[in-house]
Amino acid sequence: MKAQYKWLPWLFLTPALIIALVFTIGPFLNTIVLSFTNSTTLGGGTFNGIQNYLDLANSPQFWISTRNTLLYVAVVVPLLMVLPLLLAVLVERNIPLIGFFRSVFYSPVVASMVVVGLIWSWLLSSDGAVNGLLEALHIIQKPLPFLTDTTLLLLSCMLVTVWKGLGYYMVIYLAALGNVPKELHEAAQVDGAGSGRRLWSITLPGVRPTMLLVGLLGSIAAMKVFAEIFVISSGTAGPGGQARSLVYTIREVGLGLSGEIGYASAMSLALFILTIGFSILYLRSQRTDQLR
Amino acid sequence: MARPIQARTPARTHRRRGATKRKTVEYTIRYALLMFVFVLLVGPFIWQFGTSLKGAGESIYTANPFPASPTLANYGMVADTIPVFRYLGNSLVVATSSAILNCVLASLAGYVLARMRFRGRTLVDLVFLATIIIPFEVIMVSVFLTSRSLGLVDSLLGVILPTAVTGLSILIMRTAFMALPREIEEAAMIDGASDWQRFIRVALPSVQGSLVVVAIFAFVFAWDDFLWPLVILKDSANFTLTVGIQYLSGTFTSNQRVVAAGTMIAVIPLLVLFFSLQRWFFRGVGEGGLKG
Repeated sequence: MKAQYKWLPWLFLTPALIIALVFTIGPFLNTIVLSFTNSTTLGGGTFNGIQNYLDLANSPQFWISTRNTLLYVAVVVPLLMVLPLLLAVLVERNIPLIGFFRSVFYSPVVASMVVVGLIWSWLLSSDGAVNGLLEALHIIQKPLPFLTDTTLLLLSCMLVTVWKGLGYYMVIYLAALGNVPKELHEAAQVDGAGSGRRLWSITLPGVRPTMLLVGLLGSIAAMKVFAEIFVISSGTAGPGGQARSLVYTIREVGLGLSGEIGYASAMSLALFILTIGFSILYLRSQRTDQLR
Repeated sequence: MARPIQARTPARTHRRRGATKRKTVEYTIRYALLMFVFVLLVGPFIWQFGTSLKGAGESIYTANPFPASPTLANYGMVADTIPVFRYLGNSLVVATSSAILNCVLASLAGYVLARMRFRGRTLVDLVFLATIIIPFEVIMVSVFLTSRSLGLVDSLLGVILPTAVTGLSILIMRTAFMALPREIEEAAMIDGASDWQRFIRVALPSVQGSLVVVAIFAFVFAWDDFLWPLVILKDSANFTLTVGIQYLSGTFTSNQRVVAAGTMIAVIPLLVLFFSLQRWFFRGVGEGGLKG
């Protein structure tokens, strides 16, 4: 193989590089610059220092969005770290029809969040199936306002996110379970360990790195929540927009008719710092893992 | 067959019968749990499908999701209300273009990164790594400004280009090319094949599996995407299916049957694609560098 190439690699790389530079690197640098200006969608805009960041700090809307987004991560991520693992353990054994179940459990992953959101907003409406079921079981007396109460709306969106993500993380866990040595399970079984005990003492330590990875992927995904909230609340983010997420607010203030581009850019960078923060936490935890 | 064994070693048979019994219990529990998850994950789709087939005379609030006399009238009403076939076509154009572009651009770039040494490589690596790290939601406002200055607003090209190649596609193709034994290409080189011929005739045909994975994931991502089409498309004639279906639900919140039919039009083609290509999906999740 030739040791050094001159122009050929660039010929091959140019199309991908142009897309990456024009639609990712450029906009990212531009976002940083714009965040220090008072630009609007109408154009213009001048340097205004850290004014946007000061405005953010004083904006209740920003803090509600951030609080909701972090709340989202706090509820969704632990559920997505645990439930898909249990699901993977359930479908791991090769028993008849298991391939069918595995693929069917993956189908919510494939469907668009818009479709999933519309289906669930119907199921969760006041005359929907969920309220009907709860009433039939005499758990509640009158329908719960899943779609019109801010807290219940957020909770509903979180559950829909988890529902849609189960199959995806199940497949990641399935790959990890395949790497847990079968001999360990057999030895433990001989020693009289029940399935619960084996799940706790063998499977769980075996998939620990994967759990952390799922935690990271889940966190990054949850930080970017938009479609669930937009679709399930019919574009309102609940009463008074109180169920808004960061991305919801970024789109609203940055891309409206008189979009405040500078301000939205500052908010976008706040979102970026949060997501990077989670990645750093993940890398840290991995390092301590290796030290053990 | 059981009797002679029982005659010889009764104690052992007793133990074996206990094991069989335990196995039956285990299977019953497993399948019961599988059915429970099945209802939980697939039930909502079935419910929505049932609703979409219910005629005007049938109650959609009853517990029975299955229509007594199925009708396709609601599907006709979707077509009367929004240009759904146009949206279907738009989604098809966007998703197919995204799949093809990702395959072409990512295999060109992935091949260079897997096989060629050249100056500036580290910088290229950094650029593609950045496209994985920077979430689209963070740069969305800026990408909109870029697209506007390129005259891409309200065009399908504007929907397609930002997703034409992703860092993940490049990573998958690069991993695939790295896994190919170098000897084959070296043999082709000795036979006088040019760099281009080696890429097209030798390397590319050997990574077909990964190309399929990249194509499917790009297709499904583009088909399901909601936020970016919502931002860049203004005229309702240019909507993709996800944006169109959300728009339908906005104008038709009163008629759940029609909304249900709309969601089915958006999800059925995709579920058919998924079930016919499911093994590639499971490979895809594994190949996304997600094995931990």
